[in-house]
Amino acid sequence: MVAVAPLGRAVSTPLLGTAGAAPDWLARHDPRLRLLSALAFALVTVSLQTLPALLAAVGLALATAAAAGLAWRPVLRRLLPLEGLMLALLLVLPFSVAGTAWFAIGPLPASHEGLGLALRIFLRANAVVIMLLALLGTLEPATLGYALGRLGVPAKLVHLFLLTVRYIELMNDEYQRLRQAMRARAFVPRSDAHGWRSLGWLIGMLLLRSLERAQRVLAAMKCRGFHGRLYLLSEDRWSGGDTRAALSAALVLGGLLLLELAG
Amino acid sequence: MSETLLRLEKIAFDYPGRPVLEGVDFRLHEGERVALLGGNGVGKSTLLQLMVGLLRPRSGRVHAFGRERVVERDFREVRAQAGLVFQDPDDQLFCPSVLEDVAFGPLNLGLGRAAAVERAEQTLATLGLEGLAGRITHKLSGGEKRLVSLATVLAMQPRVLLLDEPGNGLDEPALERLLGHLAGLPQAMVLVSHDPRLIARLANRAVLLRGGRLHDAVLHSHPHTHQHVHLHVHVPGLESDHAHEQGPTEHPGHGHAMPEE
Repeated sequence: MVAVAPLGRAVSTPLLGTAGAAPDWLARHDPRLRLLSALAFALVTVSLQTLPALLAAVGLALATAAAAGLAWRPVLRRLLPLEGLMLALLLVLPFSVAGTAWFAIGPLPASHEGLGLALRIFLRANAVVIMLLALLGTLEPATLGYALGRLGVPAKLVHLFLLTVRYIELMNDEYQRLRQAMRARAFVPRSDAHGWRSLGWLIGMLLLRSLERAQRVLAAMKCRGFHGRLYLLSEDRWSGGDTRAALSAALVLGGLLLLELAG
Repeated sequence: MSETLLRLEKIAFDYPGRPVLEGVDFRLHEGERVALLGGNGVGKSTLLQLMVGLLRPRSGRVHAFGRERVVERDFREVRAQAGLVFQDPDDQLFCPSVLEDVAFGPLNLGLGRAAAVERAEQTLATLGLEGLAGRITHKLSGGEKRLVSLATVLAMQPRVLLLDEPGNGLDEPALERLLGHLAGLPQAMVLVSHDPRLIARLANRAVLLRGGRLHDAVLHSHPHTHQHVHLHVHVPGLESDHAHEQGPTEHPGHGHAMPEE
């Protein structure tokens, strides 16, 4: 017999599942601070052009990730799709950007400028994504929703986000169950009429069930007097410590900009 | 005679291409806990939804709390007083946190933020769930979800509870806990359930939906004299689900209020 899970246990799983919840130094700050810092860092980083400043930005992102206690393996897995894109840029840009010749494959010349551009894009993208993983990836999705709401993001978008967070797992479960049921009857996805038709039915069934669930959720909401208004009860308070942390973040970002100007 | 809370008169209802109800009459009085019985797909959940106006009958009348209810605006009042607990808690719980979900109804009833939170906390406490307030709803266990669903409806302080398969999918201790709470509630109830134990514990009247009509049913229980087999699982190092020094009649899972044959 399986006992009922103990009540009152605090559970927190971060949004991107890269690591455990944020360590205390990060968790005790208002989530809005993390959101704003990540945004400011992204804006500053994409404006950087010089190599030293970009390297410093990557270093800063890596240091934050380490301090946030991110495990490297899942971070690398998350970065893989990005690196694929970066590899494509690295292969294409030297040949497509005009400039001083670096080398040539037959009639195709590669340029130093193209290589430099690809390298800068590579550094920028990685710095931003790693910083987002460190600051936002360790947030509970619902907390991120609250923070967005309190930063003035339109309520409809926030609730769309929160409802997605709430129901995406259920849809995934439903998908997995249907796939298993297909597998249990020896279905192997193949690129033939039967394979495509079956996958089409699977997707159709998922859409249908999601629609039905949406109708039931709305009915349940109506039963509790829903009349178009949703409420967020969040107790996050902006503290003096948050202001100080925001100032230090601003100083660090200012340093990055100075490095850029000096370079 | 005690007050009639809900009254259905000659309710007929069809789903596209499928007639479901053909002239259903039903009354719910103060203090009654009515088990709504019937096979799969006869329209038990449909009947609950008709009572609170989520569905509208093809013909017939719905009276609730002293008035006939016809349009959506009428039914908004009804839904505040007749709380429908859905079959699947995942349909009912849609807010990020438990506290928000329980406070959602009171907020809709016009309570201020602080009053709604207080009401939600009180309701959770009466169900012994105060530790769950800050939890994320989709990470609750099945038993917790079911109790929180009940809390979201109780927080509106309804006079009637409409429960659609409240015991579904619960394991023994979770069901026991739910039954304990439900048995202690003062509200009149309509229970849709296939679980004989749940019906025996809660209901004081039963109706059977068959062929599109409601029939009065008789609840009775009788002691068993026949022999039967119980499956007991023992795993070394794990707490077992029963204690052997108890007499067999005291086993929580082994009561026989309803015939099994």
